[in-house]
Amino acid sequence: MTVDRSRLPVPGKTPPFHFPAVERSTLSNGLRVWTVRHVSIPVATVMLLVRRGSAADPAGKEGLSAITADMLDEGTGSLSSIEIHEALARVGAQLDTDIGPDATLMTVTVLSRFLRPAVGLLADIVVRPSLKEEDFERVRQLRLHRLVQLRDMPGAVADRAFMRLLYGNHPYGHTPLGSEASLSALSVDDVRAYHAANVRPGDATLVVAGDCSHAEVEAFAAEVFAGWTGAPSAAQPEAAALLEAPRLNIIPRPGAPQSELRIGHVAVARNTPDYHALVAANMVLGGQFVSRINLNLREHKGFTYGARTSFDFRRLPGPFSLQVSVQTGATADAIHESLEEIAGIRGLKPVTADELSVGVAALTRGYARNFETAEQLARAVTQLALYELPDTYFDEFVERVEAVTAADVMRVAYQHLDPSRMTTLIVGDYGVVSRDLPKLSLGVPQVFAGDTF
Amino acid sequence: MNIGYSKHTLANGLDVLIHEDHACPIVSVNIWYHVGSKNEVPGRTGFAHFFEHLMFEGSEHHDKGYFPPLQGAGALLNGSTNADRTNYWEVVPTNAFELALWMESDRMGYLLPALTAAKFQNQRDVVLNERRQSYENRPYGLAPMAMLAGLYPPDHPYHWPTIGQIADLHAARVEEVREFFATYYHPANASIAIAGDVDTADALTMVRRYFEDLQPGPAVAPVRPATPVLNGETRLVIEDRIELPRLYLGWITPGMFADDDAELDLAADILANGKTSRLYKRLVYELRAATDVSAAQNSREIGGFVQIAATAAPGRTLAELERVIVEEVGRLASEGPTDDEIERGRVQAEAQFVYRLQTVGGFGGKSDQLNAYNVLLKDPGYFDRDLARYHRVTAASLRDAVRRYLAHSNRVTLSVVPKGKTIYGMPGSVPSLVS
Repeated sequence: MTVDRSRLPVPGKTPPFHFPAVERSTLSNGLRVWTVRHVSIPVATVMLLVRRGSAADPAGKEGLSAITADMLDEGTGSLSSIEIHEALARVGAQLDTDIGPDATLMTVTVLSRFLRPAVGLLADIVVRPSLKEEDFERVRQLRLHRLVQLRDMPGAVADRAFMRLLYGNHPYGHTPLGSEASLSALSVDDVRAYHAANVRPGDATLVVAGDCSHAEVEAFAAEVFAGWTGAPSAAQPEAAALLEAPRLNIIPRPGAPQSELRIGHVAVARNTPDYHALVAANMVLGGQFVSRINLNLREHKGFTYGARTSFDFRRLPGPFSLQVSVQTGATADAIHESLEEIAGIRGLKPVTADELSVGVAALTRGYARNFETAEQLARAVTQLALYELPDTYFDEFVERVEAVTAADVMRVAYQHLDPSRMTTLIVGDYGVVSRDLPKLSLGVPQVFAGDTF
Repeated sequence: MNIGYSKHTLANGLDVLIHEDHACPIVSVNIWYHVGSKNEVPGRTGFAHFFEHLMFEGSEHHDKGYFPPLQGAGALLNGSTNADRTNYWEVVPTNAFELALWMESDRMGYLLPALTAAKFQNQRDVVLNERRQSYENRPYGLAPMAMLAGLYPPDHPYHWPTIGQIADLHAARVEEVREFFATYYHPANASIAIAGDVDTADALTMVRRYFEDLQPGPAVAPVRPATPVLNGETRLVIEDRIELPRLYLGWITPGMFADDDAELDLAADILANGKTSRLYKRLVYELRAATDVSAAQNSREIGGFVQIAATAAPGRTLAELERVIVEEVGRLASEGPTDDEIERGRVQAEAQFVYRLQTVGGFGGKSDQLNAYNVLLKDPGYFDRDLARYHRVTAASLRDAVRRYLAHSNRVTLSVVPKGKTIYGMPGSVPSLVS
């Protein structure tokens, strides 16, 4: 049979997707236990979500929540740090700890036959950490060294500085690692106090995705998490007033072959009613390979290996940002083109039906593949817990995104993106890029040393 | 842990592997072309990877860019090039399976009519920017190429990095694309794996429809250089925009699936993978002389190398790191691993193995693994035997492998130091010529 190459095959109807049922219970100490069944391969993922993250760091103690999370696996009860990790290794498990601004997430993925010992170890780590002085000193030293190394990484330098420029002293104004000054000022007592006040079952959720019954997980969790008590004693952090950030900023990196760029401003919170329209708008603007900014900067101009934009949806309004690394000589042109594209999607360059349908389809037609593994399912369930989303959230996602119109995209872009007040940060060779910056009309660049932030 | 599959070889030489998995309404289409930077020659390096970029710029019957129709159908897609092979994959909802086959077959059969000088020039700029971003402007980013250049002689195909030399990328000419395509990009040098929510017979019919008419090219001769021999230690130094010096040690070892490959893989874990490893305990935990340490057996099709790397804590020296690493390698070579280390290593090997099979597509998922076994071993069902290699490792076999391959100074020692501070490098180091 010959193939008709005159036109592309048109995909049929997208197979329907249904998120598996989430079974829930709450233990007597307040810990929520949520499970989803996943049976295709004998692997289970366990996640413990604590709804406190780097935004909960007290002023002057930036880095405290992250170092506390890092200290949890440094010894528990009778086990030393290395013994804990040997025990995890014996069941083929690795513990990953993610600290974000709003939450701390500990993840263990194991072969199903090791699920019980893995949950037991996780409970020991979270509930009964040793938090010893000597371990604290060593861990802090490693984190200080990490800060030194990050000073050499243009992307990391840009991320740290950009959050500070956008947010100042707001709880989102620092990265989880903190600074040399704040880390140096911490003591092990700070860690103990933070753990006692913030790492508590009343605001935590244990999520298990695997081939196991809810009743079984609940009974086992009740056993190993017994003895963990209380609601968090510290309130969730509140937003602080934002100052106007300088429009154009540069951190010199002499001789750098590329400029690392960040462009953006504080945008919206996770609970915005415009969520689905903004997700679609981002796909058109810079959220995928065929987005306007990537096609412009990479496929038309060849300035970069790739450009991406994102809305970081958080509990409090999070940043919109463009991230891109461009060849040094193209720095000013790349900034100009990016700001033009952002202005364009607000209405100057109307969103076409084709553009929108590709962006929407990329989000909706392949939606099922986001839920293939135990870890993907568990992570999805933590999103329900963290942002208090309804159980129907994943099942409704596709139809809600499909309902977004081109007019919606331009409306939400107009409302939530304002290129005239966006902050641009360059980490690059100042001597070379400064020649072209005046033509951007963004004012005199503020020049910062890399270790300012 | 075996996964069921069927294998068919079409008349034009294309291997077709099909695995059914109905857990999720998606299907993975994964193609390996058995060509990588090892098939290049000095003066023309970086071409295999550069060519991979051109595969996304349109083909004769769809001369508009590869991404839009597939992303519009909900696909996730990507490609990658390494020394040994180039792979391309799409994970699509089941209803877009035919579209993925149309697109892959069109670029396998009809890439050249759509090639233009403008596309060539644009993607060369993109690749040069990829090189800047991933190597030149990244701390310690030139170290991997310095290690390869030190471990392998100039005419060995692992001597150069897959991203290529800058001068070679500039020297590449659009006419060379044609020859490269004719030589390497044809059904007889490719393998396609389908994994996911399909019926085997239907999927095979569909693959035949799109690929059977494509013309085979000439057989590609295997690349089989002599195994390099290091006589003594080569000490190299790179000055970089960094604050903390880092030491890299490298030894030539056997390649993928060869005898002692699994032993060396587990030995690298015991030495420096995670907080339970010997070098982490000594260098980071006890002595606090390093901020991090890592090790890997980098096994590839025609050879391997073990690399151990450690970054000095402020005020500590690379010489101290080197002394401790050599001591611990020596101790493993003389005393062997403990029973507990062997047991942990086996469990972790099994767990990592199963974790890779959680997805039908993507890098390392089931379809990629089927193609890896098929292309490198001609046996897509190698899963159990692959895992068995790790179960066969004993304390004695691991100790002997470390003794044979690592416990000597026929190695490359690379110091990466802050600019102007070659004094922080290992004594007697000569500047590496990579850039």
